[in-house]
Amino acid sequence: MNPMIIPKAALDDWVRLLRSSYRVVAPRPLHGQHVFGEVGSASEFDLGYPTSVLPPKKYLFPAREDLLKFRTDAQQVEATIDGPRTVVLGVHTCDMHAMQLLDRVMATGYSDQHYLAHRNKTTLVSVECLKPCTAGSFCKSMGTLSTPEVFDLHLTDLGDAYAAEVGSDRGAALLPGLKAARPFADKDTARLNRVMSEKWPRFPLRLEFDVTELPSLLSTSYDSELWKELGERCLACAMCTNVCPTCYCFNVMDEVDLTLKSGKRLREWDSCQLDKFATVAGGHNFRTARAARQRHRFFRKGKYQTDAFGLLGCVGCGRCAEACLVHITPVDTFNELYRRQHQPAAATPQGG
Amino acid sequence: MVTALKQTLIDPSIYLPTYGVVRNVRPMTGMEKLFDIALPEGMSLGHKPGQFVEVSLFGVGEAPISICSSPSRSNGGFQLCVRRAGDLTGLLHTLTPGSPIGIRGPFGTGFPIERFRGKDMLFAPGGLGLAPLRSLINQVLDERSDFGRVIILYGARSPAELLFTDELAAWKARGDVEVHLTVDRGDENWKGNVGVITTLFPKVEVHPRNTVAVTVGPPVMYRFVLMELLGKGLPDGSIWLSLERRMKCGVGKCGHCQINHLYACQSGPSFSYAQIKHLGEAL
Ligand SMILES: Cc1cc2nc3c(=O)[nH]c(=O)nc-3n(C[C@H](O)[C@H](O)[C@H](O)COP(=O)(O)OP(=O)(O)OC[C@H]3O[C@@H](n4cnc5c(N)ncnc54)[C@H](O)[C@@H]3O)c2cc1C
Ligand code: SF4
Ligand code: SF4
Ligand code: FES
Repeated sequence: MNPMIIPKAALDDWVRLLRSSYRVVAPRPLHGQHVFGEVGSASEFDLGYPTSVLPPKKYLFPAREDLLKFRTDAQQVEATIDGPRTVVLGVHTCDMHAMQLLDRVMATGYSDQHYLAHRNKTTLVSVECLKPCTAGSFCKSMGTLSTPEVFDLHLTDLGDAYAAEVGSDRGAALLPGLKAARPFADKDTARLNRVMSEKWPRFPLRLEFDVTELPSLLSTSYDSELWKELGERCLACAMCTNVCPTCYCFNVMDEVDLTLKSGKRLREWDSCQLDKFATVAGGHNFRTARAARQRHRFFRKGKYQTDAFGLLGCVGCGRCAEACLVHITPVDTFNELYRRQHQPAAATPQGG
Repeated sequence: MVTALKQTLIDPSIYLPTYGVVRNVRPMTGMEKLFDIALPEGMSLGHKPGQFVEVSLFGVGEAPISICSSPSRSNGGFQLCVRRAGDLTGLLHTLTPGSPIGIRGPFGTGFPIERFRGKDMLFAPGGLGLAPLRSLINQVLDERSDFGRVIILYGARSPAELLFTDELAAWKARGDVEVHLTVDRGDENWKGNVGVITTLFPKVEVHPRNTVAVTVGPPVMYRFVLMELLGKGLPDGSIWLSLERRMKCGVGKCGHCQINHLYACQSGPSFSYAQIKHLGEAL
């Protein structure tokens, strides 16, 4: 399908139209930050937002989600799988890459029906990023500055209008009824080309090596002293994993209601950075040291996920870098590993 | 037609257990009980030795427990040997015959018994490790002529903590199984070997090229047992063990059971030493 033009003046009509069939969520300004939440009109959100506190992953994989409901006084248990049909407006391309990874993880081996149910009810409207969002982001280095194939509709800001590229039937279904939308004209193509060619130079390359080197760099850095140094700084607060769009580890627990006769089993985001994550009965902890936990985190981001799923486990969104109180960041960590391998610290200064 | 329990995970949810019923409970030691569990009519567990199930008591939670009965003796049900270790296992210990119990699984790969046929088998369980190994041992004994020597070296902390003592005696009485027991600390009635499990290894000679060793026990035990087995000249690929990890899902999603890049619930918990010796987080 050819791209369409959606005038910005029609955004409000569009949101109202979508709301008749969907829950519409978008980045809403809140205390100087942006938070994805339900919106009723175009004035409530900002598609030019820098970044969101939590990634839109929360609509596919909520921080707390019921899995089962059961009775304790009878043999009765059933799966809880539901959720509203949702349009997520304004997903950054890094977050799209993260959802592509989650799609693959959740459908590999055993398919996670709870995730997939949300996924099948969600239409993803991504936006082209035109300038770096935060000091911590490094999407260009990670190759996530363009949307992956999984988008339903992709918007690019042309000034007074959005170019809208349709990626799926689900995306196409968002446009009928919006009278102000019109097909692309030649001048629109020229505008889009200009916007796209102007955007790339604005983004710095922040890794000092090509990202395809990352898995092998990590393989040879398993015993690096850097993990110990990070472990000494890390507070084990789990902020980095809580804000990460590619993290999906969870805990499962039961909750019983006040009558004690019924209850539910639910899952909740968990973190490999927390002390008890790998503790088993008898008290043995397989990842006691914070150094080992930081290493595990960065190996998942830069190697394990790539080996297992063919996609990077870090999409360069920079959220963890912004969230960490002791300034542990993926860019600094990966670059430092690279430097230690390529310019040994003991190298003596030349000349003199 | 019989449905494999695993089929129930396809729809509607991989997290939805099936109700089984406790048929029998047998106290084994002060800490362990043996549960005999039946699945609903028309459903079978279809497990391999070394696999585990997720056991649910609704309102308390779920725990991974190894299947300790052998597939060759399924008798319409299966058995779990459970140590009282916390909330779920504590409540499990209060169950009586007729109690409902949620089951998901079986999970994990199990031991590749096809590749063990024709070999001498050396089993080295420590403590509760006999539970998962009992499944494999009984299968080997039920197909006894397919295997060479069968040697069992079993260690527990004290005589009172030895599990399956009746079966150990029966295995010894067969005449075609070499059984050696040891306890870390004896008591007034104990006449056998005293010392950790490694003290049993010098008692047996093996043909390293034709022997498969399978050891299951607490994490601290593996390093010492491995030294003994490697010292006897067994190749890395002929030494098998089971790595227990925290597990919250059993289906490769929750991340708790990871050993470097491997998910113990998917690729394990049974591994050959060759598979894991280069992994920093394995042992
Ligand atoms: C593959 C596998 C096979 C096992 N087989 C057996 C068996 O045959 N018999 C047996 O008695 N035990 C077995 N266990 C151990 C058993 O799963 C734990 O004892 C049980 O999870 C404790 O649960 P709880 O609710 O009673 O204890 P809790 O009250 O939850 O906690 C007690 C302790 O157990 C740890 N723990 C909590 N949840 C888990 C978990 N999901 N996995 C591991 N540790 C956890 C906690 O960190 C804590 O230290 C096995 C474990 C694994 C991974
Ligand atoms: S590791 Fe950090 S930069 Fe990478 S995807 Fe997660 S939050 Fe974003
Ligand atoms: S946010 Fe920083 S301090 Fe907190 S767990 Fe992550 S790396 Fe450690
Ligand atoms: S137990 Fe959840 S991933 Fe293995």
